[in-house]
Amino acid sequence: MATAVVGSRIKRREDPRLITGEAKYLEDIKLPGLAYAAILRSPYAHANIKSINIDKAKALPGVLGVFTGKDFADVNPLPCAWQAGGVQNNANTPRILEIDKVTFTGAGVAVVVAEDRYTAEDALELIEVDWEPLPVVVDAYKATQPGAPQLHENAPNNVCMEWTVGDQSAVDQALHSADIVVKQHILNQRLIPTPMEPRGCIAQYLAATGEYTIWMTSQAPHVMRLLITAFVFGIPETKVRVISPQIGGGFGAKIFLYPEYCLMPALSKKLGRPVRWMETRSENYISTTHGRDHITDIEVGAKRDGTITSLKVNTYANLGGVLSTIAPGIPTTLYGRMLSGAYKIPNIFCRVFGVYTNTGMVDAYRGAGRPEATYVVERAVDLVARELNMDPVEVRRKNFIQPEDFPYDPIILRGLKYDSGDYDKALDRALEMLDYANFRKEQAEARQQGRYLGVGFSTYIEICGVAPSAWIGLPGEGWGAALWESANVRVHLTGKVVVTTGSQTHGQGHETSVSQVVAGELGIAVEDVTVQHSDTLGTPFGYGTYGSRSTAVGTVAVYNSLQKIKEKAKALGAHMLEAAVEDVVFQDGKVHVKGAPDRAKTIQEIAGAAALAYSLPQGMEPFLDDTTYYDPPNCTYPFGTHICVVEVDPSTGSIEIKRYIAVDDVGNVINPMIVEGQVHGGIAQGVAQALWEAAVYDENGQLITGSLMDYALPRADFFPPFELDRTETPTPVNPLGVKGAGETGTIAATPAVVNAVVDALSPLGIKHLDMPLGADKIWRVIQEHTNGV
Amino acid sequence: MQVKITVNGTLHERDVTPRTLLVHFLREDLALTGTKIGCDTSQCGSCTVHLDGKALKSCTMLAVQADGSDVQTIESLAQDGPLHPMQESFWEKHGLQCGYCTPGMIMASIALLENNPHPSDEEIRHGLEGNLCRCTGYQNIVAAVKNASEKMGG
Ligand code: FES
Ligand code: FES
Repeated sequence: MATAVVGSRIKRREDPRLITGEAKYLEDIKLPGLAYAAILRSPYAHANIKSINIDKAKALPGVLGVFTGKDFADVNPLPCAWQAGGVQNNANTPRILEIDKVTFTGAGVAVVVAEDRYTAEDALELIEVDWEPLPVVVDAYKATQPGAPQLHENAPNNVCMEWTVGDQSAVDQALHSADIVVKQHILNQRLIPTPMEPRGCIAQYLAATGEYTIWMTSQAPHVMRLLITAFVFGIPETKVRVISPQIGGGFGAKIFLYPEYCLMPALSKKLGRPVRWMETRSENYISTTHGRDHITDIEVGAKRDGTITSLKVNTYANLGGVLSTIAPGIPTTLYGRMLSGAYKIPNIFCRVFGVYTNTGMVDAYRGAGRPEATYVVERAVDLVARELNMDPVEVRRKNFIQPEDFPYDPIILRGLKYDSGDYDKALDRALEMLDYANFRKEQAEARQQGRYLGVGFSTYIEICGVAPSAWIGLPGEGWGAALWESANVRVHLTGKVVVTTGSQTHGQGHETSVSQVVAGELGIAVEDVTVQHSDTLGTPFGYGTYGSRSTAVGTVAVYNSLQKIKEKAKALGAHMLEAAVEDVVFQDGKVHVKGAPDRAKTIQEIAGAAALAYSLPQGMEPFLDDTTYYDPPNCTYPFGTHICVVEVDPSTGSIEIKRYIAVDDVGNVINPMIVEGQVHGGIAQGVAQALWEAAVYDENGQLITGSLMDYALPRADFFPPFELDRTETPTPVNPLGVKGAGETGTIAATPAVVNAVVDALSPLGIKHLDMPLGADKIWRVIQEHTNGV
Repeated sequence: MQVKITVNGTLHERDVTPRTLLVHFLREDLALTGTKIGCDTSQCGSCTVHLDGKALKSCTMLAVQADGSDVQTIESLAQDGPLHPMQESFWEKHGLQCGYCTPGMIMASIALLENNPHPSDEEIRHGLEGNLCRCTGYQNIVAAVKNASEKMGG
């Protein structure tokens, strides 16, 4: 990474089409003869479908077809591609339209296709369904108790899987001999990811060739093609081309295979027309996946000096009415295995029940398991500090994994080791930005005046760059595939470079950061690089973009191809310069003879010579072109310290965020501007969980927060400016030294805020509060505690 | 029903059904797809355009109600070539990630500066409360609007 282009804040290359409105998102694509689909969704959370009458809907002028689940009885249910590793999973997945029974409000049961969207929606109202409502359960703990309504025959007590990590008896023993043990019941409420662009799909079937082209809002187009062809339709992969057009955010919710992505191609085949379905926001809220939703009990044991000796965790993870594509993997591998946090905790045991309830599907949402784990760990550390009357900063320092401990084996990661870190350094920097000593003085004064000022810390780590295939795959963690990434780099005759990648970008700016790496390595202008992605035609297979893996895995694939291209360029350059390969170097876009920088050939000249192939060294193939499949040897482990300062107004219960400080270490950074943007957005989502957002179902399984009117998505005036800094500890895992930055903010922020509010209210004897910390709740808690005191 | 609506300087006479929303008229009838749809409850502001010089959520109005009006969409800003200073500022300050909220955000921001050429950060945050962005945490959007206000010498 010699050239300064890597590490610089260059403006994003994708922006011109976005700021002018020229970019084509799914709903902007129009095909000749396009027909419009609308889906009838279950108004009941749990019901049998006794019959469906579509006659009136069919008769409406402009309607092209009306179909129910029975019309697609020969199509397989969707696959669950990540079952919890090493245990029995009682999997139940959606069908493209449900046939006999629904287990959540919003499940699709019929579809109308019409000449325009208004007609399609009118026709939905003419479909008559004879429902037989069944008893409902929405709470994951209650669903496992005797007498609860049963959702699926193969899942007694609604348990999809019971999974454990760690040595239970060792933990019990350690808890027994601990100086103190703190127990806490902790809720991690359900959230709705809410990318600003909802989901959609357009499919076009060509009868002559039997081929489908499917445009979809997907973070993982290659995986979608694999699942649709091999698992749902049972047709060759080559019969389907999947294109993700411009994507308006995903945050996990667009990773998965959804029924509509299979339904549209099936409809296009039936009707001989291209068919489009575009979700409304209200539809998005009930039919697209949600995140989090854990009910947890923890016991944490410690010595009197603050050394944490044991952590025991029991979690009921709500998976919804049926399983989304990778639902069981999130609360197991990505949660239970992360419970050591940044600390040397010698004894950890975690049991997770994955539970079906009559609610929408739950799957990965930004952070995916790691925010839930970080919340548990960072709350636990604060609870210990509180119990011992110690400074939470000191308890953290006492338990931190030290720089010399790396690679660090937390045991519960089943052989993977934390790569690198200097946790104190990030903490020191953040404390300096806060001016901690002064803050505590200010807090003491505020308390004198009856003001509730608090500070909260989150010294998080996370796991990125998922993952070594053999570790995460079927024999290990139950992931039903591999997790390498691929890239192809071609240097065209004119010296312009085209990179094709299996990664997908939906806001992360890969076109820019990948171009920077290419430009830096080959010594060419960023503008001379084109990055192509998101179309299964013409890009090598890739597993897609999630788990902060596109830089730490996908871009490393690009980097490795660049090394091989440079080697070939050196060989050809030496040939052109009539020098021996050992006597030349590749530097700043040129191959030159060592000690004679003027005897040089530029990469453009070499690319031209490689393409023309008039004179190549013996045995060399024409063209500078290389493909890499990169399977990472380990994950990467970003870390940092987030600090939140709040003041609670006791008269209203409202919380003001006075400062928000974030010092993150994501390893080396390709474009600091992009990384900061990722951190800002991540913090906003994490703070929003702590204070405002919650997906709430009533007892009948109706989503009360079913639109943007009711779901408290934060607005610009909810936040103060975030104060950011970074430390840079490169990872030894990959040659770029990059760890990944897409999720750190979300993972870190939530406990920082909650810890701050609990700290503010600690004079009242408050030790824990469940999220979201809305003003009404805080006001009530203050009332209860002041009256009781 | 017959409507006459001037959009980005061109007069369009079209037949629309009475229930056609202005945003659908722009996107489907005129193929101006820069204006986005992010919700069905008038909450997100992705559909913000200018109607007779004022910012308007185009999903809240029927096309027939806009009869006789002058509408500007995101496509109008650089239609004669160079980017609008607000577009430049969003680019320079990294005020967008996925870009979905961006057309609406830019149109709302331009209107904001027309009403208040020298906004403070707080006034910007307040002024944009009708526009949701899920990606940026708003910080760089505020910086972009601030930057544009300086550029426009307001
Ligand atoms: S589309 Fe959301 S406000 Fe208009
Ligand atoms: S940039 Fe994605 S919603 Fe604003």
